[in-house]
Amino acid sequence: MIAAVVLPLMAALGIAAAGQRSPNIREAVTLFAAACLIAVVWVFLPEIMNGQSPRLQLAEMVPGIALAFRLEPLGLIFAMLASLLWLINSIYSIGYMRANREPRQTQFYISFAIALSATMGIAFADNLLTLFLFYEILTLSTYPLVSHKGDKNTIASARVYLGILLFTSIGLFLPAIIWTYQTAGTITFAENGVLAGHLSGVELGILLGLFVLGIGKAAVMPVHRWLPAAMVAPTPVSALLHAVAVVKAGVFSITKIVVYIFGLDQLANNDAATFFLSLAAFTIVVGSIIALRQTNLKRLLAYSTIAQLSYIVMAALILHPIAGVGAALHMVAHGFGKISLFFAAGAIYTASKKTELHQLKGIGRRMPWTMTAFTIGALSMIGLPPTGGFVSKWYVLGGALAAENLVAVTAIILSTLLNAAYFLPILHAAWLQEADAPETENHGEAPLPIVLATVTTAALTIAFFFYQGPVLDLASQMMGISASE
Amino acid sequence: MTLTDHLPALQVLVPLLTAPLVLLLHVRGLPRLAAIAASLTAFAIAVSLTGIVQTQGSASYEMGSWPAPYGIQLSISPFSTLLLLIVTGSSSLALLAGQDKLRMGPQGEPLFYAAWLLALAGLSGIVVAGDAFNIFVFMEIASLASYVLIAGGVDRRALLAVFKYLVMGTTGATFYLIGIGLIYMMTGTLDLADMETRIADVGELRPILVAAGFVTVGLALKAALFPLHVWLPNTYTYAPHMVTMFLAACSTKVALYVLLRFDFLVFQQNLTAHAVQFSIFLIPLAVFAILVASGVAIGERNIKRMLAYSSISQIGYVLLGASLVSVMGLTAGIVHMFNHALAKGALFLAVACLATRIETVRIENIRGIAKDMPLTMMAFVIAGLSLIGVPGTAGFVSKWYLIGAALDYGALGIVLVAVILVSSLMAVIYIWRFVEAAYFSDRQVPLTASGEAPLSLLAVTWVAVLANIYFGLSSQLPVSLASQAAETLLEHLP
Repeated sequence: MIAAVVLPLMAALGIAAAGQRSPNIREAVTLFAAACLIAVVWVFLPEIMNGQSPRLQLAEMVPGIALAFRLEPLGLIFAMLASLLWLINSIYSIGYMRANREPRQTQFYISFAIALSATMGIAFADNLLTLFLFYEILTLSTYPLVSHKGDKNTIASARVYLGILLFTSIGLFLPAIIWTYQTAGTITFAENGVLAGHLSGVELGILLGLFVLGIGKAAVMPVHRWLPAAMVAPTPVSALLHAVAVVKAGVFSITKIVVYIFGLDQLANNDAATFFLSLAAFTIVVGSIIALRQTNLKRLLAYSTIAQLSYIVMAALILHPIAGVGAALHMVAHGFGKISLFFAAGAIYTASKKTELHQLKGIGRRMPWTMTAFTIGALSMIGLPPTGGFVSKWYVLGGALAAENLVAVTAIILSTLLNAAYFLPILHAAWLQEADAPETENHGEAPLPIVLATVTTAALTIAFFFYQGPVLDLASQMMGISASE
Repeated sequence: MTLTDHLPALQVLVPLLTAPLVLLLHVRGLPRLAAIAASLTAFAIAVSLTGIVQTQGSASYEMGSWPAPYGIQLSISPFSTLLLLIVTGSSSLALLAGQDKLRMGPQGEPLFYAAWLLALAGLSGIVVAGDAFNIFVFMEIASLASYVLIAGGVDRRALLAVFKYLVMGTTGATFYLIGIGLIYMMTGTLDLADMETRIADVGELRPILVAAGFVTVGLALKAALFPLHVWLPNTYTYAPHMVTMFLAACSTKVALYVLLRFDFLVFQQNLTAHAVQFSIFLIPLAVFAILVASGVAIGERNIKRMLAYSSISQIGYVLLGASLVSVMGLTAGIVHMFNHALAKGALFLAVACLATRIETVRIENIRGIAKDMPLTMMAFVIAGLSLIGVPGTAGFVSKWYLIGAALDYGALGIVLVAVILVSSLMAVIYIWRFVEAAYFSDRQVPLTASGEAPLSLLAVTWVAVLANIYFGLSSQLPVSLASQAAETLLEHLP
């Protein structure tokens, strides 16, 4: 377990040592570490499937509260997803950073590795404080990535990014943790929650609010502003933010807190859960509507992410086991789908420097591989078979229906329509329309590593439709139901 | 008696007796080496005293075996050993870190380091002294010596700053003296423990009340408690960098230590409703200190001055914790003395690193400096995070306790929590301004020399930074000392 956290850190050191002197060695270190990380994380799979839950205590931060890790199903899903995507993302980064001749690449890979280390810490955290520690490290380590370009505009956006995430975490998340500790006497994750019998009614609702809004990384409105702002980052970073680490860390934290701190039963009788469910539903619909109005491809994807994240938050707050499984599945499905979309957007930028929607007419013929991947990603976002997005939506919808939650059902149906409304025109333009003006410069596909990574994630998106395998088992195990139900 | 039994006395005597010897060393560099040796010895003594206290509990030492209240008594408790660790530790780090340019030039070295050792002896003396008058004597030694140290700064404005400090500091000391004079008049004793029992027999409490006022205000002046802080920003800004680091880490905290001892050990149980008045008087002051000083720090363009204002607001934290009059609150306040010393010490060391490459440590001059001095700026960032109170650093531990204590305080506690959080966010702003300038702007002013700071300075800075992380991840030692200290202080409450 400790290896999972330390390995990326070692990689960061190795990358720093290799430095600018030899980019090849530097990138080899990154890839090697990413591959090792996958091995280290996936080795735990059989153990967890057998229902074990190894725990490891490192130090005592404050007497009584340890810096400790514990493996449990949801965390393992998250860690497996992140480690797998780190490898693919690294391959992509190499192509992207070289093709675009980005400056400060060593710093880029170092920050990336530290961010991954923090992600592993979040995934394995045994208590809220450990989670919070790595949550903050993740915020800080991604700041240099977001501000990578270094011009005035970028710095201003990166400041919004850092500002919102730090202010919500220190201003809301931390007090919520301390409050939990004061009332329940513990902040260690436990089955069925730790708050039973300590808090109820309005207080419980306020605490839930502090958590849901304090975890700004989940981008529930109104704390979503940082996500579009962070779009100034290079594309591999956007992919990291949206699919691998940052937003996933947010929704992962919320899901984990709802399940292991509050406990589903505890929240079931509380109006606040309904309120925040409605807020998430609101975010889904409004985020989709805003996405509809975007003219820049990456900003469109950003608002799409905001909407998709709230799916997971909403699924967790439906408080039904099947919806909980849906939340875990959607974390993975959205990860694969969104990373394909971002990879494709970055490939288009690398090959042609195009960033706006109206420039995309006829691009499908020039970049067939990239646009195929984009199409698969888009289908997954809409939730059409044969993509992973269909499976997860199926479970969320099933949970919502089983819980007879009309708000959630309406939001899911509405957003499916809206998703189709903003993705289909792009697909139409890319595949079926002719380019407006003759191209000044001929371009084909992006460099090989980029295409390779993009196609891989798209393939994963489809594969996830046919085989959810361990993810489904783990998620079911977390919710205490058997996979066949 | 073995040597170990004499450690409390040696704690003061080692630096005190080395000081005149240093004066005789006229070889360049030698005075500093002697000072380092004495300071490290003092640190070793403080560490072993901590060990003794942890295993055997508090102890007292009678000078020349004269029993109290006739003889001079030194007291060693968890509280005092924690302070001794801060004082001797920061002195050793500052001395090891390197040498400042001095106003008096190389010839002034023996004088400067003799004054340094006197300041060290004085501050340690205040901490171990068990009677009010010896505290006064050591306080004067420490103050006079630190005036000399501050005046060593090359900037001419250091002289004006030190004069202001001298006037205010002397006023504070006089207030304190008047206070203990009144108590002596009523009780006939100067020993703190003795005082506590004898005040109980005093019929007319009005002079004691007046004395409490004088002592509190006098010490508040020394501790730079808002609104008596005006001497502090300039002194910290213009003093030599190492002196700033040394004094910022410990001098105000030692004054607070005396204040807490007086208020909790002597006055609390004897004056009616003193605890309540203590809270009513100090909570608003602490809140103002935290908010106003943070606000001023946000606007400052000189790093040292910004850090000085931040110190004023951090003193507010210590006081806020103490003024809640609960075990958790006092633990928070006391542990924050330790953690703030770590964070602020590391920050001032990083500033000293910067100062080796630029003329004045102003925001205009540090633009883009992270490219030239990556290690220094990394140290600055981590120490800054500790000051903000990000988990994983020492600063977080005290914030955790402070917020917990405030939540226990009832309805007003929610407001206090809000104050703590708002000021943490303000700290984010005032630290981040400089970080952003260093990392994300282009250099406008040329460096006076290229490359990183000298290795010794950088190494010491990183020792301090790593200590911040170590005590952030494993806070057993300071927290256990602080909570024992808090329990001792509260035992005396009726």
